[in-house]
Amino acid sequence: MKNLELKNIVKSYGKNNVLNDISISINSGEFLVLVGPSGCGKSTLLRSIAGLDLPTSGSIIIDDRDVTKAPIAQREIAMVFQNYALYPHMTVYDNMAFSLKIKSRPKAEIEERIKEIASLLQINELLHRKPKELSGGQRQRVSLGRALAKRSPIILFDEPLSNLDAHLRQQMRIEIKKIHEIYKSTIVYVTHDQTEAMTMGDRIAILNKGNIIQVDTPSEIYKNPRNEFVARFIGSPEINLIEGKFKDSIFSTKGTKFTFPEMKYSEKISTLGIRPEDIKISDSGEQATIRFIENLGSTLLLYVDYHDVQLRIITGTAEYKIGSKINFSLNFDNIIYFDQSGERIVNA
Amino acid sequence: MIKKITSSIVILLACLFSIVPVLYVLSVSLRGDNAFGAKTLKIVTSTSNFDNYVKLFTETSFLTWLYNSLLVSFVVTLLGVTLAATSGYSLSRHKFKGKQFLLFSILTTQMFPATMLMLPFFIILSKLHLINNFLGLIIIYSSTALPFCIWQMKGYFDTIPKELEEAAKVDGCTNFQTFYKIILPMSLPALVITGLFSFMSSWSEYLVAAITLQDPALYTLPLGLKSFQSSLSTQWGLYAAGALIVSIPVVVLFIIISKFLVSGLTVGSVKG
Repeated sequence: MKNLELKNIVKSYGKNNVLNDISISINSGEFLVLVGPSGCGKSTLLRSIAGLDLPTSGSIIIDDRDVTKAPIAQREIAMVFQNYALYPHMTVYDNMAFSLKIKSRPKAEIEERIKEIASLLQINELLHRKPKELSGGQRQRVSLGRALAKRSPIILFDEPLSNLDAHLRQQMRIEIKKIHEIYKSTIVYVTHDQTEAMTMGDRIAILNKGNIIQVDTPSEIYKNPRNEFVARFIGSPEINLIEGKFKDSIFSTKGTKFTFPEMKYSEKISTLGIRPEDIKISDSGEQATIRFIENLGSTLLLYVDYHDVQLRIITGTAEYKIGSKINFSLNFDNIIYFDQSGERIVNA
Repeated sequence: MIKKITSSIVILLACLFSIVPVLYVLSVSLRGDNAFGAKTLKIVTSTSNFDNYVKLFTETSFLTWLYNSLLVSFVVTLLGVTLAATSGYSLSRHKFKGKQFLLFSILTTQMFPATMLMLPFFIILSKLHLINNFLGLIIIYSSTALPFCIWQMKGYFDTIPKELEEAAKVDGCTNFQTFYKIILPMSLPALVITGLFSFMSSWSEYLVAAITLQDPALYTLPLGLKSFQSSLSTQWGLYAAGALIVSIPVVVLFIIISKFLVSGLTVGSVKG
């Protein structure tokens, strides 16, 4: 376990800035998830931490030691790659033992450690196989095992589950969390999948266009997103964003209006953020027409037209038909307010 | 069924096409009359014997030529594989000024026909006092084979995913360890081809050897075999026996290395 601190990291390719002044402090034993859309710079940031890319400026501090320009081997970091990156000419055992052999660790220690990790990851049977004889899920387990065998205080994950199917992804999510609980390593985990971010991270750092937009716990980010981008990126199904203007307690939007319980709201409010689960289907209330229905198994996602406003509503699995009318009401307590520039207004 | 029969016939014809000349040379080597032509199609006749083979090893300098050829070819192969692997890796992985120019310069050297280079080679070797010296021959063989080998190795290294090197570095490897512990073992097919190409280019080469080596004690096999031909007659029996023996190392080499000539050594390393 070690602290990891990134100070004013900038990475440029020519005139193109991929990372803009990134500063973040990751506590010892913390599981931090870097999440953002493709091209936001999250993998570049991870590679900078690993030493695979050198930042243009800024510093990377591991336990008060500046490792910005230190060789990769001196950083005591392990990494799990998106594409597994297993050595094809070696067996699973040799893949996992490779870093220890490079460090000339005693054979008995290597064997003991590999056996322990193989049992943990349930890959004992695969130790003598070559990577080409493994399935995608097994390869990613081996890749994880290789990182664990190093016993590094910091482990970096670069979208490790993105090549796996939904079932395996869920299984591996649980296993990675379990491993974190056992070894208490400091983890930096890159993903573009907000479900992974929400379920795995102690904290989430949201990146967009090379900037850190918000760093907070998953629930705080969900409840109090800093801006419209975060609100839209975190949460599935996506949040409803309705543009309009308040006058007293009336919010006017495309051809209709919502009446709010309080008498006065800030005139700066230009967008309402309403999570799909905060719109309740009721016997009374506003009337909307169902345009499309997505069956999510335990719930239904309804796409409804309320005048010219299109809303997403999460509801139970009752019978609904496309084109039929429903009544709904808003949970006003959970509505998030944004100003013209897309920033959240705290005291609306 | 018809498709299977057709392909069998085609394969049979191809085999005959390849093997008939060899059988003909074998037939000539077993005859005692040093004749090139024969009145019969039989490979082994009642007069066939191994006299030419015995004579080749006992009455000629064949063993010396064999040793000379093996020595030159071995050094050229070793140099070719080592230099092509290291240069190919640098050209594949590292960015440096003039890389593109260097790559095309290497390629340009392949555009000159060997005959055009004979005179400059001879002049350079004379000035370096490397005529009648294996080193001169080795330098020329290596320099003519290397450009192709470098491009070949570079092409192969380009196909190896960079993530594997990154994983090795994260695992604590130095640049050199990454190269010989991870990259080289994965490049076996390309190394084998490069080695074979280097070996072949020197093993059966005649023209350069003829201008470089004038001392019969330094003759390589092609020069030695040519010496069976005089202005008035040619010892076809000895020539054929020698030619067959010369081909043996190449055949053996092909058989040994064929198991390495498999594609897909990187299968399973990264998500395809």
